[in-house]
Amino acid sequence: MTDSRETIAAQVRDAAEHKTALQLQGGNTKAWYGRSIQATPLCLAGHSGIVEYEPSELYITARCGTPLSMIEQVISGENQMLPFEPPHFGAPATLGGAVAAGLAGPRRISGGGVRDCMLGAEIINGKGEYLRFGGRVMKNVAGYDASRLMCGSLGTLGVLMSVTLRLLPQPQREQTVVMAETPADAIHKMNAWAGTPMPITATFHDGENLHVRLTGSSSTIEKCQNEIGGDRIEQSEHFWDRVREQTHEMFVPGVPLWRIRVPPSTRPLDLPEPCAMEWNGALRWYATQAEASTVRAIAREAGGQACQFRGPPIDQVFHPLPPALLKIHERLKHAFDPAGILNPGKMYVQF
Amino acid sequence: MKMQASLSELTKRFHQVLPEDAVLVKHEQLAPYECDGLTAYRQLPRVALLPATREQILAAVTVCRELELPIVARGAGTSLSGGALPHPEGVLLNFARLNRVLEIDPENRTATVEPGVRNLAISEAARPYGLYYAPDPSSQIACTIGGNIAENSGGIHCLKYGLTVHNIQALEVLTTDGEILELGGKHLESSGFDLLALMNGSEGMLGVVLQATVKLLPRPHDRKVLLAAFSHVRDAGNAVAAVISHGILPAGLEMMDHFTIQATEQYCSPGYPKEAAAILICELDGYEEELADQMERTRQLLKQHQATEVRLANDEQEAELLWRGRKAAFPALGNLSPDYYCMDGTIPRKHLAEVLEEIYALSGKFGLRVANVFHAGDGNLHPLILYDANEEGQLERAEEFGSEILQLCVRMGGTITGEHGVGVEKLDQMCVQFNPEELQTFYAIKSAFDEHGLLNPGKAVPTLHRCAEFGAMHVHKGKLPHAHLPRF
Ligand SMILES: Cc1cc2nc3c(=O)[nH]c(=O)nc-3n(C[C@H](O)[C@H](O)[C@H](O)COP(=O)(O)OP(=O)(O)OC[C@H]3O[C@@H](n4cnc5c(N)ncnc54)[C@H](O)[C@@H]3O)c2cc1C
Repeated sequence: MTDSRETIAAQVRDAAEHKTALQLQGGNTKAWYGRSIQATPLCLAGHSGIVEYEPSELYITARCGTPLSMIEQVISGENQMLPFEPPHFGAPATLGGAVAAGLAGPRRISGGGVRDCMLGAEIINGKGEYLRFGGRVMKNVAGYDASRLMCGSLGTLGVLMSVTLRLLPQPQREQTVVMAETPADAIHKMNAWAGTPMPITATFHDGENLHVRLTGSSSTIEKCQNEIGGDRIEQSEHFWDRVREQTHEMFVPGVPLWRIRVPPSTRPLDLPEPCAMEWNGALRWYATQAEASTVRAIAREAGGQACQFRGPPIDQVFHPLPPALLKIHERLKHAFDPAGILNPGKMYVQF
Repeated sequence: MKMQASLSELTKRFHQVLPEDAVLVKHEQLAPYECDGLTAYRQLPRVALLPATREQILAAVTVCRELELPIVARGAGTSLSGGALPHPEGVLLNFARLNRVLEIDPENRTATVEPGVRNLAISEAARPYGLYYAPDPSSQIACTIGGNIAENSGGIHCLKYGLTVHNIQALEVLTTDGEILELGGKHLESSGFDLLALMNGSEGMLGVVLQATVKLLPRPHDRKVLLAAFSHVRDAGNAVAAVISHGILPAGLEMMDHFTIQATEQYCSPGYPKEAAAILICELDGYEEELADQMERTRQLLKQHQATEVRLANDEQEAELLWRGRKAAFPALGNLSPDYYCMDGTIPRKHLAEVLEEIYALSGKFGLRVANVFHAGDGNLHPLILYDANEEGQLERAEEFGSEILQLCVRMGGTITGEHGVGVEKLDQMCVQFNPEELQTFYAIKSAFDEHGLLNPGKAVPTLHRCAEFGAMHVHKGKLPHAHLPRF
């Protein structure tokens, strides 16, 4: 529970003055995500603590070094949850790291992504200035939405100091059902169901079996199960934890893992390896040795994007930006971090 | 700055790229565009353009860039903050003719539309598939998706289903450099910065929206509508906080105060309890039994918070009747006064009661009537200040009253605008909410997209100079320095 704002601001100002590149570090659980860079570590885990939490307001404000697990524990005591079910990838995971990585878990299809829950952020920009954007209320259109811009920006725009996130009530009950389906049938079914009001909050296909998480009262769950079929599984929380934390056997260690996002109803992609699917088919994971260019072309062809999520360092981790977009990115980077000291090159080689 | 081109030269240039009837220059042609929903501000543009294709927009923007003409985009002109107010030296780019729904994709649950498509038209086009577009501003029969994106508009149902930003999947944006940015897609989450989010609520300052792909949702299984009456505004405010904190997420939760109830009863007789100090209208949706359970819990919570009456609509018709008064509230109040000024602050729910009481006190101080009808579940206030512009000094008093309300919102940990935008109206209050470094960041974001500052110049973000002057106004406790000088 410490406020290290002043120290961190001073460190950033000093780095800006000397043009020393900084590598932002929370719990160091997701440092592998993005391009690998060499720079002086800026440790942020010490800047921690919940600043404000009032269950009736459905938000929490916490410093970014606060452990994600602590936040989840506190809010679950009030029957609330982070709607985007973020992966931790290790016990020391921090709130700031989760927001900067911008990754959402299986609940993405019903709870939204990180940015959908972002209400406000306080940051230190690359000049060492302390800035506040957004706020604590859901409706807020004063000024450009710089706080959502922080989500998924991998620390390249600012050092996140504290964030305010929208929370949701925890579901009363959840039940997972499983059924054998080919990938093509699974895609078809998930998208057909998604067009109905059935309360499905997660889907996962492991190449052979489709898992569907239903949420609601016993009677609602029963009704939906009658409609979609399948068998109930026990202890489904553990199952979804394994998907969220990628300890499920589909996430083969040691092989490059590609994260491909496509329009959900896209037919199975033309890659030989088995595919793990989430988000009603909108998120597809491939552990494959295929050439990066091949994977990208397949994703692009389908109207989507591919990112090498895990694997040996490569130059282009994320989907390449077309020139017009790259120019805007470079200008925005310059706007927040004119000296280019915050995680330079973490996202794209150019900035 | 270039020498200003003559009107005949402008006309000639635009005629080269647009059909004859798409270039308007005569006073009577321009008059319909002189203001948007914020009628206190009026200004004619030099030229208004009515492009019908994206090629025509591209060509028009190229001419504007070459002649360094300010561009103000306009959808339906329902903005309540002057976002679509023309620039005296500039071009008004009207999207009325770009009103086609290009595609409904039921499998991926998206609709792809031109920027001038009306909000409600999207849901109408999606209806055969059992889908709809969720954000439903009360202006939805008129306002366009381009305007919704620019203002990040909300509606009655955004408590549960989100604002515009949560429901936009992809955009094609034209910058004043003539570049087309493709943001997002039918897939979720794109690599790079979240420029899609940044475009929402950017008030037409960063780029021109050429095309939008929006998310469609399945229509809810069933809904229930409740009305609760209270003898004290404070109880109603506390009831709102209680419902939410008990894990109930209504599709909509709206409050109307005594004055508004009277006005709507006079206007369209929805049968509201006339003596009530405030009523809440609560809509719940979901599956049958679960919905019944939620409704029961809500009813009990409302009772516990001293509701004098809780009414449940038994069928769709009764539900519509309960909503009718709420939906007619603005015109009903409009009937009571020559002019009204609609404010739009947001505060944490727990402060609702306190802030409402303070607003009534301010009403006494300024001698102007105020009505409150608003999105209580989101803490989004819409105090309506009634005034008469023909009475000397009333407009100024109304604006000052409004300004005090917004500052109160900021003090309570809220914001100066929840969904209507800053426009030309809340520039001074921006100085209260943001410090100079934050404002500098906004300038830099603006110029990352619109290097030459051609889009909607002078709106949404105040200059530091203006803030310095506004700050000085406060030092003098309400006495304006240089009161004889024009302010802009
Ligand atoms: C009676 C009434 C009720 C209302 N109720 C609500 C409500 O419930 N919730 C709510 O949020 N708002 C409400 N509003 C405000 C208003 O309707 C919304 O702000 C709406 O989104 C504006 O849409 P429009 O098409 O009229 O845009 P306009 O007023 O024409 O323009 C608004 C802004 O959008 C920009 N713009 C328009 N098209 C484009 C484009 N293609 N590209 C880039 N920029 C563009 C303009 O430059 C301007 O800055 C209400 C207004 C009225 C009059």
